[in-house]
Amino acid sequence: MIRLENVGLRYGMGPEVLRDVSFSIERGSFQFLTGPSGAGKTSLMRLMFLALKPTRGLMSLFEHDVATLSRSSLPTLRRRIGVVFQDFRLLEHLTTYENVALPLRVMGRDEADYRVDVLELLSWVGLGERAHVHPPVLSGGEKQRAAIARAVITQPELLLADEPTGNVDPTLARRLLRLFFELNRLGTAIIIATHDIGLMDQYDARRLVLNNGRMHIYD
Amino acid sequence: MASDPRDQAPPVAADADPAAAEAEIEDVQDVAATPHPRPNPIVPPTSLASRALFFVVAIMSFLACITVGAVAVIGDAASEWQTDIAQEVTIQVRPMNGEETRQALAELVALVRGMPGVSEARALSEDEIRDLLEPWLGAGAEFDELPVPRLVVVEIDRDNPPDIGEMRRLVQSAVPGASLDDHDRWQSRLRVMANTLVAGGLGILLLVLSATVLSVVFATRGAMASNRDVVEVLHLVGAKEAFIARQFERHFLRLGFKGGLAGGILALATFGVISWIVGQFAATPAGDQIDALFGPMSIGWPAILGILGTIILVALLTAITSRLAVFHFLKVFD
Repeated sequence: MIRLENVGLRYGMGPEVLRDVSFSIERGSFQFLTGPSGAGKTSLMRLMFLALKPTRGLMSLFEHDVATLSRSSLPTLRRRIGVVFQDFRLLEHLTTYENVALPLRVMGRDEADYRVDVLELLSWVGLGERAHVHPPVLSGGEKQRAAIARAVITQPELLLADEPTGNVDPTLARRLLRLFFELNRLGTAIIIATHDIGLMDQYDARRLVLNNGRMHIYD
Repeated sequence: MASDPRDQAPPVAADADPAAAEAEIEDVQDVAATPHPRPNPIVPPTSLASRALFFVVAIMSFLACITVGAVAVIGDAASEWQTDIAQEVTIQVRPMNGEETRQALAELVALVRGMPGVSEARALSEDEIRDLLEPWLGAGAEFDELPVPRLVVVEIDRDNPPDIGEMRRLVQSAVPGASLDDHDRWQSRLRVMANTLVAGGLGILLLVLSATVLSVVFATRGAMASNRDVVEVLHLVGAKEAFIARQFERHFLRLGFKGGLAGGILALATFGVISWIVGQFAATPAGDQIDALFGPMSIGWPAILGILGTIILVALLTAITSRLAVFHFLKVFD
């Protein structure tokens, strides 16, 4: 579903932050993406959710060559990807419920059709009582759960999560990981970027390790 | 809550504990059944610097409507002048001694009355000539001692106008020294003046609308920049450009319409006040002068329709401009 061959990325005229990165992500697979700070994890994630294009090399996403994608085809592809950001990126003027429902609203779905699904998911991530409050009054952990709920509400084919358990206690971290595994079991390919060695040790999954812009893969 | 949701399986899981899942679903359905508040707009309205732009659009709309109304008043007045002037021609008889003049006038009146296309002809009396010259010569001027020409006013049938060239020839052969003036020079001057004023008005209208467009472009860019995070999130959850543009466009259409309407109503009120003030001077020399220059100084239905059209134009222009500005922003943003 994702294939990168000798991909390089640089910002402007700066040095390459990703060098000769080659790997592929299969449908329904589960992997951790790890590496020290500044290794290029976030840049790689941005490549994968089409916020950036590689400066060299070949990259294909859902069997589309990224280099030849038109701007108008980007939204359709992005709808197949769920993204959890390290800084959550919740819209502060919308309620938790509206934030989680945003991808469905953007698709033009009727609120009556998705209301139960959204409330059910909110309830499951422990935000059932916080559905109608705005993000500024949520704790860091609650914001993170809302961000995860927004990313998974459409049951995307690919889920990219940047440090999704960084702000929650170990019990909730395990619980959220279980959500990711359940999604994975239903066919979603998952990539979790994390520094948390302990978390990775709990699960036997493929590891993509970035170091100094280069990729090492441990299957 | 029926139970702590943290103890349950995720809603996407197939192997959830059936009893707990059922309890949770019932709970959720209870919440779902309660009336849900109206969804918040995706772009927060308070972040769009609306008030300043509202006043800019209102002022621009006011100026545009005043221009449209003024052009309509001037156009009506010019057309009235032209109609009045085109309805008559004047025959001027050079001063002769009293008896000869009277004979010449009677002959000319009889001559032109008999011509096809003439509805009425009459010689202006000495008193009427005196009234005409009074503003220049004063009330006490003695006309008998002055070589004052006499005039015959000929009203023509506009539907079946006479042959002016033929009339001129006949008049000159009947009374040597008489001349016919069909006011063509005045008419063409009036036409040029009226057309210049209308063209000037349209130019001002164009400038005002251009200024409105530019203000909206700047305001939209500002709104987009201050909502960059919203646009970014919308992009990432797969919103199409048209969807994002619609969120902004809706706001600007509403704002443009409100601003346009406020300016338009103010312009109509201004014309109403001017009309009232002119009404206060009715039957006074100043009022007569204004009436002679601008007609009744009230705007008719065409002008009101023009003003309503301007309000709609301002609203549409605001919405279309903001839509184009949003698309431009998104193109650069990508």
